[in-house]
Amino acid sequence: MSMTIAHMSRRFGATEVLRGIDLTVARGELVALLGPSGSGKTTLLKIIAGLDWPDAGTLEVNGEDWLPKRAQERRIGFVFQHYALFAHMTVAENIAFGLTVLPRATRPSPRQIADKVQELLGFLQIPQLAGRYPAELSGGQRQRVALGRAMAISPQLLLLDEPFGALDAQVRRDLRRWLREVLVQAGTTTVFVTHDQEEAFELADRVVVMGAGRIEQTGSPEEIHDHPASPFVARFLGMTVELPVTLRAGRAEAPGIDASALARVAMADGAATLFLRPSDITPVPDPEGRFTIRTIASTGAMLRLLLTDGAGGTEVEIEIPRRLAPAGLAEGGHVRLRPEAGRLFARTEPLSQSAAGAFATAHDPDAGRQTALSKEFTR
Amino acid sequence: MSSLANIDAGASARPVRHKRVLPGFGLTMGVTLSYVCVIVLLPVIALVLKGAEIGPERFWAIVTAPRTFAALRLTLSAAAMATVFNALYGLLMAWVLVRCEFPGKRIVDALMDIPFALPTAVAGLALSALFAGNGWYGAILEPMGIKVVYTIWGVALAMSFTSIPFVVRTVQPVLEDLDPQYEQAAATLGASSFTIFRKVVFPAILPAFMTGVTLSFARSLGEFGAVVFIAGNLPMQTEIASLLAVIRLEEYDYNGASAIALVLLAIALVLLGVSNLLQARALRYKGATA
Ligand SMILES: Nc1ncnc2c1ncn2[C@@H]1O[C@H](COP(=O)(O)OP(=O)(O)OP(=O)(O)O)[C@@H](O)[C@H]1O
Ligand SMILES: [Mg+2]
Repeated sequence: MSMTIAHMSRRFGATEVLRGIDLTVARGELVALLGPSGSGKTTLLKIIAGLDWPDAGTLEVNGEDWLPKRAQERRIGFVFQHYALFAHMTVAENIAFGLTVLPRATRPSPRQIADKVQELLGFLQIPQLAGRYPAELSGGQRQRVALGRAMAISPQLLLLDEPFGALDAQVRRDLRRWLREVLVQAGTTTVFVTHDQEEAFELADRVVVMGAGRIEQTGSPEEIHDHPASPFVARFLGMTVELPVTLRAGRAEAPGIDASALARVAMADGAATLFLRPSDITPVPDPEGRFTIRTIASTGAMLRLLLTDGAGGTEVEIEIPRRLAPAGLAEGGHVRLRPEAGRLFARTEPLSQSAAGAFATAHDPDAGRQTALSKEFTR
Repeated sequence: MSSLANIDAGASARPVRHKRVLPGFGLTMGVTLSYVCVIVLLPVIALVLKGAEIGPERFWAIVTAPRTFAALRLTLSAAAMATVFNALYGLLMAWVLVRCEFPGKRIVDALMDIPFALPTAVAGLALSALFAGNGWYGAILEPMGIKVVYTIWGVALAMSFTSIPFVVRTVQPVLEDLDPQYEQAAATLGASSFTIFRKVVFPAILPAFMTGVTLSFARSLGEFGAVVFIAGNLPMQTEIASLLAVIRLEEYDYNGASAIALVLLAIALVLLGVSNLLQARALRYKGATA
């Protein structure tokens, strides 16, 4: 099935949770909704499922208006953030639920239902859990059961809300691969929500970045990683170093920064902000360098350097592999910065001290709003 | 008493035992258990001992005497009627108070406490005034041939009035805590509203509901103050068991009084036992991990 959402907005009282969402999902596609907490991901998913309604906008599936349809009629598989398994039913009963509540006329026989449950349990690799209650399962097992319950009704569309939210890092990684295989094999159109970019990039065909109720960017994992469309996306994807620069003839210039590794961009001269990942900056020891090394911390494989700009007091955090660290890095020493890859956005308002701060992890798109008139650099 | 001894051993420093995590566990447990023994258990034991003095034949004769039997039957029937009504209406009330938004909801919610807060005699007086032939309700009902005061209906009404908060107040918090996502999950799986209630919501509130219903029935069995005003207390017809026990006591017939009390006690205990068993069954999915 294919789905089209247009101009959708939703507000709860004074808070605008969705502000004009336009999104198309093609048949069989695996789409990730990626965004920080509170950006409206769950709200959008609930509207698609028929558990909430928008104030404006349209939702069409296969060309049919879905907004008048109740959740029961939409045949959607929804996996909740905390799974919402029925505690008083066994795993098998949970998975069978969607089939046992069908009207008598269309309901499969108990035998067929049992077979279907067995098949799903096998598919999800948990046949031994059939008789257990949810309270007796681990988080990862619950997740599989929730998925099985949603898939039992052969949904046209599968919606997963933070499918790995409640799991620890190792289980997350294992399940992620497994889920990708399961979904590709089942061929169900799937939209899933996450605030973990690694998860979104690894699982999805297409990633939709949401911020404060808007879609900030849509694209393949590579596109989004390399060419963030807005300062918000850049920050959200880990470009936490923001340096104020001046553009001259397509090159970024700033004292103490050697941007010669960056390609020229076709942007008008003027004030701009250079967004960088801490790992895309090479420190070059230089007694005349503008940046002072405040601290050097080792995480084992990486060295993490905290630098201060002598003049403005701007702090910059950078990260380099320990084995590639140039000789002569010492606390109190001076360096130049050599960005290897980054993204420039024209600056329309003066950069506030905090926005220039290197740790700006602020996910608020209104903070230091900049125009997306920009060109990315490549190595 | 052996349980007390065990607990003491656990709290005092016997080196092999694990220390309790809760602070002051031994003390608090000791105090509460002693209290339960003195205030709850001792009177019950005294009553049982008193009953044992009577002897089985004499006991049987008292209980099956026509007036006693009639009183017990009336009490049980009226309590059953009141409880069925409370179960249905109390559940509905709890549902409405949790799931519906309407003006004056807080007032209705507060009103639910009145039966508990009101002295039962006041409730009895008010009810009998309302349902008497010249009262507001009685004036409407009696011409239709429905007589409430001085009948089993009146007894059941008074019992229901004083015990309905048990159902509402036990179910309400559980319903409030029930995350709407379970109902939403069931809806996406295609379940109709009624199916969602039957298969998802009701099983979740069932243990609390059973507690409320049991308490409501137990309270109805023993309700005295509200009932005596509306019942008319005609021997063999509208005389409840606890009133008969009082009458026996006033006649210095201690055996008669304690025999009746024992029967009420036995019924209440059996009921609590059954209710706990059913709850354990309903909660087996939780107990399995414990
Ligand atoms: N029923 C509601 N009433 C009022 N506000 C709500 C309601 N549901 C959501 N919101 C608000 O809408 C905003 C977005 O919520 P939503 O659950 O969609 O975020 P999310 O992107 O899923 O976040 P998370 O990653 O934390 O789950 C939040 O600010 C939240 O407070
Ligand atoms: Mg959410």
